[in-house]
Amino acid sequence: MKTNFLSFVKKEALHILRDKRTMMIVLLIPIVLMILFGFAISTELNNLNVAVSVQKHTEDIRGKIEKLSANPYFTFVGYVNQKDAETMLRSSKADAVVVFDNEGKMQFLFDASNTNTAMSGSIYLQSVMSEENLSNQELFNLHLLYNPQMKSAYNFVPGIMGLIFILICAMMTSVAIVREKESGTMEVLLVSPVRPIKIILAKMIPYFVISCINLTTILLVSRFLLDVPLSGSLFSIIFISLIYLVLSLSLGLLVSTISSSQVMALLISAMVMMMPILMLSGMIFPIENLPSVLQPVPYIVPAKWYIEAIRKLMIMGLPITAVTKEILILILMSVVLVFVSLKKFNDKLD
Amino acid sequence: MNAIEIENISKQFGKVKALDDVCLEVKEGECFGLIGPDGAGKTTLFRILTTLLSPDNGKASVNGFDVKRDYLEIRKCVGYMPGRFSLYQDLSVEENLEFFAALFNTKIKDSYSLIEPIYKQIEPFKTRRAGKLSGGMKQKLALCCALIHYPKVLFLDEPTTGVDAVSRSEFWDMLAGLKAKRITILVSTPYMDEASRCERIALCNEGKILTTNTPKNIVDGYNDELYAISADNMFELLSLSRKVKGVKECYPFGESHHLVVEKDFDKEYFANELNQIKNLQIKKASPSIEDMFIKLMKR
Repeated sequence: MKTNFLSFVKKEALHILRDKRTMMIVLLIPIVLMILFGFAISTELNNLNVAVSVQKHTEDIRGKIEKLSANPYFTFVGYVNQKDAETMLRSSKADAVVVFDNEGKMQFLFDASNTNTAMSGSIYLQSVMSEENLSNQELFNLHLLYNPQMKSAYNFVPGIMGLIFILICAMMTSVAIVREKESGTMEVLLVSPVRPIKIILAKMIPYFVISCINLTTILLVSRFLLDVPLSGSLFSIIFISLIYLVLSLSLGLLVSTISSSQVMALLISAMVMMMPILMLSGMIFPIENLPSVLQPVPYIVPAKWYIEAIRKLMIMGLPITAVTKEILILILMSVVLVFVSLKKFNDKLD
Repeated sequence: MNAIEIENISKQFGKVKALDDVCLEVKEGECFGLIGPDGAGKTTLFRILTTLLSPDNGKASVNGFDVKRDYLEIRKCVGYMPGRFSLYQDLSVEENLEFFAALFNTKIKDSYSLIEPIYKQIEPFKTRRAGKLSGGMKQKLALCCALIHYPKVLFLDEPTTGVDAVSRSEFWDMLAGLKAKRITILVSTPYMDEASRCERIALCNEGKILTTNTPKNIVDGYNDELYAISADNMFELLSLSRKVKGVKECYPFGESHHLVVEKDFDKEYFANELNQIKNLQIKKASPSIEDMFIKLMKR
């Protein structure tokens, strides 16, 4: 019986290895996503184009403009007339215009079509331009823990991990199982002495292996390319990730039992699994910002617990005991999912 | 003991009655044909017998095992080849065969004597992917996979659909070879001309079995007079013939039309009635399974 199981695993591995395009996508997605989020999509401020409109030049104003040009986050694009200020913004030649009136008072005009740049830019620009005024006032002593430079990588790496494993384990396995239904091979598999669940477990093993490879690449990319500290113990990060992998695989099994075509499996995966992870897991939007009706929903999204635990382990460097609650919830969810999907698995066609 | 016993099986999908009170017996070692057009319920019956579907009503057993209660036992001892090509297109011929051997907990060499005559023909292509095989070769591979565990009963659902005439004939020769190994075969086909290759057949239509007998007895049971007619304008011939007195039935049959007539039919009168049709040919025809099928279907 053991050799049987191995030949089932071999068959699944051949399916994956022969579909080179899909395999490349599966192996490259994590790297591409990491680099994309790491370098291209960042909410940090960079190269904000600032124009200046001055009515009457004074020493004070010149000093301020010099400070502006020297700042690495801003690019001084030149002087404009006050009436041209809006044209500059409209034509996107400037993201912001600083207007000095006759008395040397400042007004900031911002292109807020991109809310993120406008928000963080206006605060930063304000603090740069009015530094002297601020120094006279009492300052709060702000101390940012764990991520002092506010690097966005620290935020999205755990999120991407939560997303990738669902994508590969749940989506790919459910599609692979449903493919057998669609191509008619399931019919032949069912009319055999082997319990189909065995074949399906064999199907999951190669995807489990691929996910382990992905876990390795994600950890390597975050440590050496994105400089995420991985301050917690590597063992506990891997341990909780393996639990999450099992959970994702059983989620995939469940999706496959309720869908009859590959397209349906893809849609269910995208709508029921991807969207909640992106929107409701705290990966992009803080859970606290959700409307109150939606507030309880994240508690049943497995990715929320996983992402939270990974943040604690990876970024805050807490010991594994700090995430006991998350681990227990994830194990409980896996047990329920495995149970329900095995129960729902039909070894007939109707 | 009968290899297959079906008693009053019914199966309904929504409002469609796929099978309506079907009874059938197939003897051990027999090659039994289920003949009927698409939608006759052949595939549904196969799926019930291979335990993929549960019947709404009635009882059925395969090799002595009840299809509902002992379905796991049935799955061990039957071979099933679905109507659609259901092997892995991205695996090679050899890999498919190895996988199915593992599925049935056996080795290729254990049943090689059984599949050898068939496998010999596809062996030169054993490293080719199954998806790249021709229709005839796919069908041979599927048959090998269905035979790999030396089944007692073999279910072949429309095995010759979409296969060229030569391969079809070869395929029936292979089935004849399997008969010598005491394997019971239930095979379905929409081609009436293949019926004569079975020992016994059942004609079925719209979920009902019309008749069950040997092909010869079915043909012999045809007691109407039958003519084959042809002319230059076949379409006109068909519609005009139907209006002539003494004609029960007229339907297209290959290159000619078959004319079923009453006892008092007069050939001269018929030719006279249709004298405006050019090149009218009329001659006696011997009935075939298809004529019987059309007769039973219209009743």
